[in-house]
Amino acid sequence: MLNRQGRPTQAGAAAAETHETFTGNRALQQIEPLIFEIGHHETTGVDIDKPTPFKSRLGKHARQDGIGLPGLSEPEAMRHYVRLSQKNYGIDTGLFPLGSCTMKHNARLNEKMARLPGFSDVHPLQPVSTVPGALDVMLELARYLMTLTGMPAVALSPKAGAHGEACGMMAIKAAIAAKGEGATRKIVLVPESAHGTNPATAALIGFTVKSVPARADGTVAVEDVKALLGPDVAAIMLTNPNTCGIFEPEIVEIAAAMHEAGAYFYCDGANFNAIVGKARPGDLGVDAMHINLHKTFSTPHGGGGPGAGPVVLSERLAPFAPVPFIHAEDGKSRLVEHKADAPEGNDPFGRMTAFHGQMGMYVRALAYMLSHGSDGMKQASEDAVLNANYIRAGLSDLMSLPFPDHPSMHEALFDDDWLKGTGVSTLDFAKAMIDEGYHPMTVYFPLVVHGAMLIEPTESESKASLDLFIATLRDLAMAAKGNDKTRFTAAPHHAPIRRLDETRAARQPVLKWEKPQPVKEAAE
Amino acid sequence: MRYLPLTDTDREDMLARIGVPSVDALFSDVPAGKLLTEPLDLPRAKGELEVERIMGRMAAKNVAATSVPFFVGAGAYKHHVPATVDHLIQRSEFLTSYTPYQPEIAQGTLQYLFEFQTQVAALTGMEVANASMYDGSTGTAEAVLMAHRVTKRRKAVLSGGLHPHYTQVVETLSEMASDEVVALPADVSASEDILSQIDDSVSCVVVQSPDVFGNLRDLAPIAEKAHAHGALLIAVFTEVVSLGAVTPPGAQGADIVVGEGQSIGNALNFGGPYVGLFAAKSKYVRQMPGRLCGETVDADGQRGFVLTLSTREQHIRRDKATSNICTNSGLCVLAFTIHMTLLGQAGLSRLAEVNHANAVKLADALAGVKGVKVLNETFFNEFTIRLPKPAAAVVEALAEKGVLGGVPASRLMPGAGLDDLLIVANTEINTDDDRAAFVAALGEVLA
Repeated sequence: MLNRQGRPTQAGAAAAETHETFTGNRALQQIEPLIFEIGHHETTGVDIDKPTPFKSRLGKHARQDGIGLPGLSEPEAMRHYVRLSQKNYGIDTGLFPLGSCTMKHNARLNEKMARLPGFSDVHPLQPVSTVPGALDVMLELARYLMTLTGMPAVALSPKAGAHGEACGMMAIKAAIAAKGEGATRKIVLVPESAHGTNPATAALIGFTVKSVPARADGTVAVEDVKALLGPDVAAIMLTNPNTCGIFEPEIVEIAAAMHEAGAYFYCDGANFNAIVGKARPGDLGVDAMHINLHKTFSTPHGGGGPGAGPVVLSERLAPFAPVPFIHAEDGKSRLVEHKADAPEGNDPFGRMTAFHGQMGMYVRALAYMLSHGSDGMKQASEDAVLNANYIRAGLSDLMSLPFPDHPSMHEALFDDDWLKGTGVSTLDFAKAMIDEGYHPMTVYFPLVVHGAMLIEPTESESKASLDLFIATLRDLAMAAKGNDKTRFTAAPHHAPIRRLDETRAARQPVLKWEKPQPVKEAAE
Repeated sequence: MRYLPLTDTDREDMLARIGVPSVDALFSDVPAGKLLTEPLDLPRAKGELEVERIMGRMAAKNVAATSVPFFVGAGAYKHHVPATVDHLIQRSEFLTSYTPYQPEIAQGTLQYLFEFQTQVAALTGMEVANASMYDGSTGTAEAVLMAHRVTKRRKAVLSGGLHPHYTQVVETLSEMASDEVVALPADVSASEDILSQIDDSVSCVVVQSPDVFGNLRDLAPIAEKAHAHGALLIAVFTEVVSLGAVTPPGAQGADIVVGEGQSIGNALNFGGPYVGLFAAKSKYVRQMPGRLCGETVDADGQRGFVLTLSTREQHIRRDKATSNICTNSGLCVLAFTIHMTLLGQAGLSRLAEVNHANAVKLADALAGVKGVKVLNETFFNEFTIRLPKPAAAVVEALAEKGVLGGVPASRLMPGAGLDDLLIVANTEINTDDDRAAFVAALGEVLA
């Protein structure tokens, strides 16, 4: 057989031979040591001239010892990090159906905009008169967020979703204190299906968490909420659409019940991508909701951050928004950095972070919003929901749905009932997906569903991509049911590394590199 | 719409496969009357070119640090970042990956986190470091909570040299959690008596060095007194480059070290995203907030890395977690660790030396301007000067002359009686010409 260059490929013979390589590398997959194993203490990849002689003003504080860190020359550093990057899976690699995380396409236009010197190269404390464009970005982003959510105010500064939760709950706590009920309203209701950040946030700022049971259909019942309400309840933290991928059907009644009881409704906005342009939290009775700009508005997840978590607030909570914020009045805007500078009627509860929040993320999110427009954002949400339901329709005859009675929103949730008796676990199934070239879905969350598999394709996938994904999962599902366990229990086989021993990592924590002791000394 | 791959034909086919007449049928759980029928009152979709025009116009209204003689610091610093850094952090596999919950396909992220933790531990002189916080200020608030867990006490003493915004972040969280905070008044000359505040009721003492006025502080006596009373010393820094030149807090007895890592690898970004560095003694590791990356082996015995000790974290422990943090500063960590790897200890020491040398030159030059007094006995790359006029007005006048000359203390601490103080930073970016322009402009403004 000839290939296009006319050379014999001899594919048959090549396939038969497998052997260990001398280096341990496998072609493009290179084993890469730690920088501490390849660098030298005297090496640097940054050329800086020695300063002309001067008299030190460090006093007795001058560092006496070496730091103990190697450097790499520029070519060594480039190769090190490129090789590391090749061991990572990103959205640009393939479908990344991580439920609750909204791994959508990250447009490079947004990266380019964030790097304009007028945004990236401005200091948070340079004179306000020299940064009118930065304030413009913040005001414009705020306008979009308020319009999309139907809420009258927004606190921009929180640095990520959980930080936004803290901000919203602090505003609620401040509002309760202002009514003189700080000593009595101590309980926050959190459904069992909630993200772990919700109870952690409530506890962080001094509330006691009380669990709301999940109904058999995966939603929260207003009757169950009412049964827990009383003068000691401060708020409910409810995710909508919820973590089971369902729009809470009784959300308006739940909000009304909270308000009637003198309490507040905090909405976890992690799943806002399902409803942008389709429904507004402000119309549903929400008092506060954080928006993960790194989910819904596509700022890159970056291997775990940075994010941004602006919080929209109702009229009742708006006066308590933290500093700093921009106060706009009579067509003029003013940066308020201190509580004492707050306009009449405002009583900021404090400060969330040193500066103005995640400006770099504001720029990216605003570029996303401008690009999509109101029509494109609505279409994106519809496509995200359509894609999730298409996957659900393509798999529900083989994989079990815990909540078949509600349509899915932007993510489809399966349980592991269908794996019973196969010897294959949800984790095994996820690891087998890696071998097929996919990032696994979110597994074992939400906690209320046994062996949960939460699939969120986002609007970024084409129909062809979804069809191949569905076909792959169907093939895997049939293999699992057909007791072809080898594809699962030892998976992944083809990743840069095999399954890792997490128990050992936790039992004998090795959290930094230590210089190896010479073997002789170690034996003594 | 360029970001949406589905065609109208696809959408019709998919709806048919699902078995619903329209996409709105999938939104049937939305309560009656709450489903929007018309697009919201916002502009329609735009092409790249138009978006670039709009964003470009806004960006052009701001004065970029590189375009003028620039001496603004007080918690964020303009440094030169090698071109390699921004290239590498934009590689798809780094930029578009998620938190490494599937370690088999995230060894790239995990290995650089492990390297980062090692670098931060070495820089701070501590035994263990986490995989980052949002920034220095939120890290400081988390450190106080951690000290409360370790000591089972709930009272923090904050130095008057701590960045006032950091103080406010700690106060805000502490007030919400009903914890006590004693914040000492602004301490311009590093002469406060913090030792007398330490007794058996105190959980932790929080001290920044270089402090917000630029002074270098002696931490060892504070650590000693704190330890004698069962309290912890939390050492804070906002300028990580200083660790290339000064004795690290770990060598002075600090129990927890937190700092802002923006200076290495990261742009000013008008205040964010930045990267919080967080290190501690290893005996406290199980009380630390945030993610930790650890070494282990795979099924073949090969070395690999995973997120570990996650029973401290919110996704496992929920309301008993050590923190609610989830998303952290991943990509800013990558920028930090690449820049730090390029520098190495040799490069960092040299960088720190140049920063200090430049600051000394500027301090000497400014001391020669009539009516100006340099207040610091010691400093690294930032110091405080007393002016014969209110600093806020002077800074505005300097800006009109094209010089961004520092941060008025009154902007950070209004009403503290510090109106005539200006906090001035000088890094490697400033040339002799920049300094000369600053000195000349200041002379004119004060004349």
